[in-house]
Amino acid sequence: MDMRISPRRKIANAVMLSLSGLCTVLVISVLFFILGYLLWHGSSSLSLNFFTKLPKPSGETGGGMANAIIGSGKVLLVATCIGVPLGFLAGVYLAEYSGKTFAFTLRYVVDLLNGVPSIVIGIVAYAVVVRPMGHYSALAGGVALGIMMIPIAVRTTEEFLLAVPNSLREGALALGATKAKTIFTVVIPAAISGLISGMMLNLARVAGETAPLLFTALGNMFMSPGFMHPIATLPVMIYNYAIAPEEDLHQQAWAAGFVLLTLVLFINVTARLIIARGPASSRR
Amino acid sequence: MATQQQQSIKEPEIKTIPTDNPKPQPSSKLQARNLNFHYGSFQALHDISMNISAHKITAFIGPSGCGKSTFLRTMNRMNEAVRNTKVEGEILLDNQDIHSMDVTDVRRRVGMVFQKSNPFPKSIFDNVAYGLRVNGVRRKLTVEEAVQKSLEHAALWGEVKDKLNKPASALSGGQQQRLCIARALAVEPEVLLLDEPCSALDPIATLKIEELLFQIKSLTTIVIVTHNMQQAARLADYTGFFLLGKLVEFDETRKMFQNPSKKETEDYVTGRFG
Repeated sequence: MDMRISPRRKIANAVMLSLSGLCTVLVISVLFFILGYLLWHGSSSLSLNFFTKLPKPSGETGGGMANAIIGSGKVLLVATCIGVPLGFLAGVYLAEYSGKTFAFTLRYVVDLLNGVPSIVIGIVAYAVVVRPMGHYSALAGGVALGIMMIPIAVRTTEEFLLAVPNSLREGALALGATKAKTIFTVVIPAAISGLISGMMLNLARVAGETAPLLFTALGNMFMSPGFMHPIATLPVMIYNYAIAPEEDLHQQAWAAGFVLLTLVLFINVTARLIIARGPASSRR
Repeated sequence: MATQQQQSIKEPEIKTIPTDNPKPQPSSKLQARNLNFHYGSFQALHDISMNISAHKITAFIGPSGCGKSTFLRTMNRMNEAVRNTKVEGEILLDNQDIHSMDVTDVRRRVGMVFQKSNPFPKSIFDNVAYGLRVNGVRRKLTVEEAVQKSLEHAALWGEVKDKLNKPASALSGGQQQRLCIARALAVEPEVLLLDEPCSALDPIATLKIEELLFQIKSLTTIVIVTHNMQQAARLADYTGFFLLGKLVEFDETRKMFQNPSKKETEDYVTGRFG
């Protein structure tokens, strides 16, 4: 039997290699293309005013998005206060306490929740928060995004806690620590860098959500005091400006897109750095 | 003494078990009484009875999977953390069944050092202080004194006294294992269980640990599982030989190695199998 590699096989090999290489380059360039495109279109609006000024009334040019930047921050703060503790504690239960059958069910439910379209979650927040209150609010937007954070918070917590070697749990138990003490003084500290960065990635994921905010936070052309009033957010501002007729507003939408993307990338990179520098035990 | 009386009453009942001969000893710290242990449907320990003397070193030897580690882990109820296990019989600590005691109390009184050193991802100081803190010792000076004393007993103080706030992971393997011993000693356990503590260490680190175990015999009662028969011969006052979940023979170490009464023991200690 002739075992030499035929020219045909060599060619097929070369074709496949270059195809997959080309696709890899394309995938990487998509991100840089989007960043560059946003910067290209939004650069004329990207000035100090964009970060410090309020939007100008319709018809006037200039102004900025200070209210939307602060608004996004406030809505995300509410979302974190709801999604992180709930998801974290459920994740602790899943990793440390629950039996096999229940864990399987809980995991499945959480995965289903993760698959619920964001607009549906927006409707739920509308029905549960906006309707009883009688008006749109930062709180309602935060509730919607908070619910969206829960599934990832549960699963990342579970994953990072399960990665902690069992020998550490045994070591603490053998010293007379209770199970709860063991979890909160040894297991969670051992996984802390992973947990923090997981929650940051989770936050970055919902930071760009628009649909659930459309009929919960609504939007606002001014600074919104507290958490009980309609509030501007970057994604909704992008949506409103992009469909407006004025060219100046389009440019501001591009700039807002660039700011939002930069923010998300920044959170992402910081989270990765925290993981990489975590204590040795969580990398083991 | 009450202890002796109770033993002399129990003696006939034990003699009916052919596989063991727990010798009545002057001061038994820990006693196993007809202990059976199951992992699901697999019975890992068969009717083990044994007296462990206070302030002595007792070693368990035997081939892998013979149940010696399982037996060790029943003595501080560590196996309860494993799902689907069942224990029958009694383990008496100062004549009280540990299964009727609070589990955290049992584990404080019966400390354990594991095969692979498992320092917490904390500083050297916080590792040793951990057991004290979870048991409610808050006074700073008390904690500091106990940490130093424990590190001294574990023959580690001289090496770490200038870097107590460094992470424990910065220590070498042998130092980490001595740190784990110090951590266990800090809560002043009445019994210290060691599960093959030297299996991952080089001979010099092993020697250090053996020396310190010899030193701390006066503080606590030591039970050690080892794969290394020379280690048992060097260290132990009493040695138990396990095979297939049964205690084949338990006696003074000298007798176990020089003149064992069972054929299986002789075959194992002379290296004919295992």
